[in-house]
Amino acid sequence: ENSNLSTEVGEGLDEWGAAKTLIKPPDQLELTEAELKEEFTRILTANNPHAPQNIVRYSFKERTYKPISYVDQMAIHFSMDGNMILKDSDEGRRQNARLSIEEVISEEAAGEEEAEEAGAAEAAEAVEAEEPPPPRPRERKLANQFNFIERASKTLNNPLSCKPCLIVLQWEIYDAYVEELEKMEKSKEKEKPRAHIAKKEEKRKDRKSTSLESQSDDITKVSKAAKIMERMVNQNTFDDIAQDFKYFEDASDEYRDQQGTLLPLWKFQYDKTKRLAVTAISWNPKYKDLFAVGYGSYDFMKQSWGMLLLYTMKNPSFPEYVFSSESGIMCLDIHSDHPHLVAVGFYDGNVAIYSLKKPSSQPSYKSSAKSGKHTEPVWQVKWQKDDMDNNLNFFSVSSDGRIVSWTLVKNELVHTDVIKLSVEGATMQGPEGLQLQTLGCGTSFDFHKKIDYLFLVGTEEGKIYKCSKCYSSQFLDVFEAHHMAVDAVSWNPYHMKVFISCSSDWTVKIWDHTIKTPMFIYDLNSAVGDVAWSPYSSTVFAAVTNDGKAHVFDLSVNKYEAICIQVVVAKKKNKITHVRFNPVYPVVIIGDDRGHVTCLKLSPNLRRMPKEKKGQEVKKGPEVEIAKLDKLLNLVREPASQAAR
Amino acid sequence: MADTAEGKKEEADYKRLHSFPLIRHTDMPEEMRVEAMELCVTACEKYATNNESAAKMIKEMMDKKFGSSWHVVIGEGFGFEITHEVKNLLYMFFGGSLAVCVWKCS
Repeated sequence: ENSNLSTEVGEGLDEWGAAKTLIKPPDQLELTEAELKEEFTRILTANNPHAPQNIVRYSFKERTYKPISYVDQMAIHFSMDGNMILKDSDEGRRQNARLSIEEVISEEAAGEEEAEEAGAAEAAEAVEAEEPPPPRPRERKLANQFNFIERASKTLNNPLSCKPCLIVLQWEIYDAYVEELEKMEKSKEKEKPRAHIAKKEEKRKDRKSTSLESQSDDITKVSKAAKIMERMVNQNTFDDIAQDFKYFEDASDEYRDQQGTLLPLWKFQYDKTKRLAVTAISWNPKYKDLFAVGYGSYDFMKQSWGMLLLYTMKNPSFPEYVFSSESGIMCLDIHSDHPHLVAVGFYDGNVAIYSLKKPSSQPSYKSSAKSGKHTEPVWQVKWQKDDMDNNLNFFSVSSDGRIVSWTLVKNELVHTDVIKLSVEGATMQGPEGLQLQTLGCGTSFDFHKKIDYLFLVGTEEGKIYKCSKCYSSQFLDVFEAHHMAVDAVSWNPYHMKVFISCSSDWTVKIWDHTIKTPMFIYDLNSAVGDVAWSPYSSTVFAAVTNDGKAHVFDLSVNKYEAICIQVVVAKKKNKITHVRFNPVYPVVIIGDDRGHVTCLKLSPNLRRMPKEKKGQEVKKGPEVEIAKLDKLLNLVREPASQAAR
Repeated sequence: MADTAEGKKEEADYKRLHSFPLIRHTDMPEEMRVEAMELCVTACEKYATNNESAAKMIKEMMDKKFGSSWHVVIGEGFGFEITHEVKNLLYMFFGGSLAVCVWKCS
């Protein structure tokens, strides 16, 4: 027995150790083969060999000692209290309950019904079997305490929809298939035969529908959303400019002593107008961010097509409206009461009205050779008040010396010659003794804001005529204003007597229409393309010259020099052609002869209002503006009137 | 006799021609529709004789792929009036005699 045990131990060691060599304990008995093969039979019983066999106890009943047959055979060799609890034990259940008590509370509402039902069922069972029901039918599962996320979220479910009752029957399935096959047959006849008809058929249908949609309705459906998106993208890409437009005020103006600057904001350009010159700009009177730009060419050797674009400051990358014309556009004007109507004058002498409401690229109304068009380029158009029959009408001036009133009567433009610019005493001796009257070439005009009949016409000869709509052959006055073509004339928005003119003879002149000589003369060292009064002050105006400079004057600050002269084109050779002030925002737009339009912000010095004096309220309004300009003019007038005396 | 022969031929033709899946109604998005349709075809072909197993397979796969709870009805003749989540309904014919209706409603 002893030896057996030791070999067993040895074997165990062997297994555990790496080497397989048999190590025998030194006191192992040497046994022969026969002895080793001998079998010992041992029977293992549950009896404890150490338990006493002969316990006797005194029996009081029989009053003798009696041996006790039952002896406890259990022997405890090792005992340790563990920390595991049986799930089914009382303590385990108690712990479970404790752990899940919160969950139970939260879910009680939901689980109550079930529990009640279960309870009822159990109760019934219990009554039948007369046995206590199992203490808790549903054990709550213990949550994994180490990798357990309590938070949960529900994804959005689609709303529910009801499918009305449908019945599937064999013949319906059959009919559906037959119908589908017939359809396929037909399409197969139409189309070239294809493999996998079913699939292709489906695909083809899809493609057809999508292509159809994209062709027509689909884009118009999303056009508004797309426009909003485009503007949003533009606002993001030009965010810094938008911020400048809204909030930037040049702080260095304070130290610049009355001088101001122009801050370039957006640049508007369009692929198709790269080779065209900006010939006209006008802000929309209703939508203050929208402006119209006319494109054509001032070089009469290089006349090509024309374009009319409407841009908004909200989207500097692409025009809002695009119209193209065969002849170059030379001028335009937007109606103040109908901001969708744009009157346009062409190089070929025609005039037209574009309506922004119509999607077509063609003008809504256009004059023709039959309806009395000009024979030379139209240099300016201007909307007038509706006539007595409430018909829309506008005036146009052209190099052919006529000023024409166009009235829109029943979708037709009817023309009336208002005046012919005959040059006094300048009749030409034609062949065979014919007397040919030479006509002045009108290049610009402007209508008086208050006196309805009064208007000014600038001509190519440099004269400015003061005309009345009432007289078709006589002028109220003639100013020998310039030595070269008058590019623009414009009444002051506040002072009713004052107007400004500019010319290619490098000068800008300010006039009182009752006095024949100019009040102020400014030489800008280059041909002046355009001049514009500011809408916010009677004394501020801007002029642009062919050398790419913009000049801003404020007569109340400096009546001799511009308070801002700035090169505002990208390349030196670009000529600026036109300038316009925005009616509300402190920005101007200028156009050059390469089709670019630039928006610039006026620095605070350029739009300074009269300084506030202590204890004195600053007056505002047209009276103040008129007084301001009058004060300046009086300085000039007096010596003149004195001289007259 | 000729009639029956013709009829048999027609029947064979019908069986052959009408084996493709034919979607009768669905409001699923394209991707989901294709997947669901292919799943239905696979299931119906795999368990050609046991609609219950096919339905079970479809239901389980749909639950796995698109979230629970999907319901599937497969049969040669049945009627239904169901409430389903929008964009989650497919009703198709397959194999010339089977109708499969798959919808989600949790």
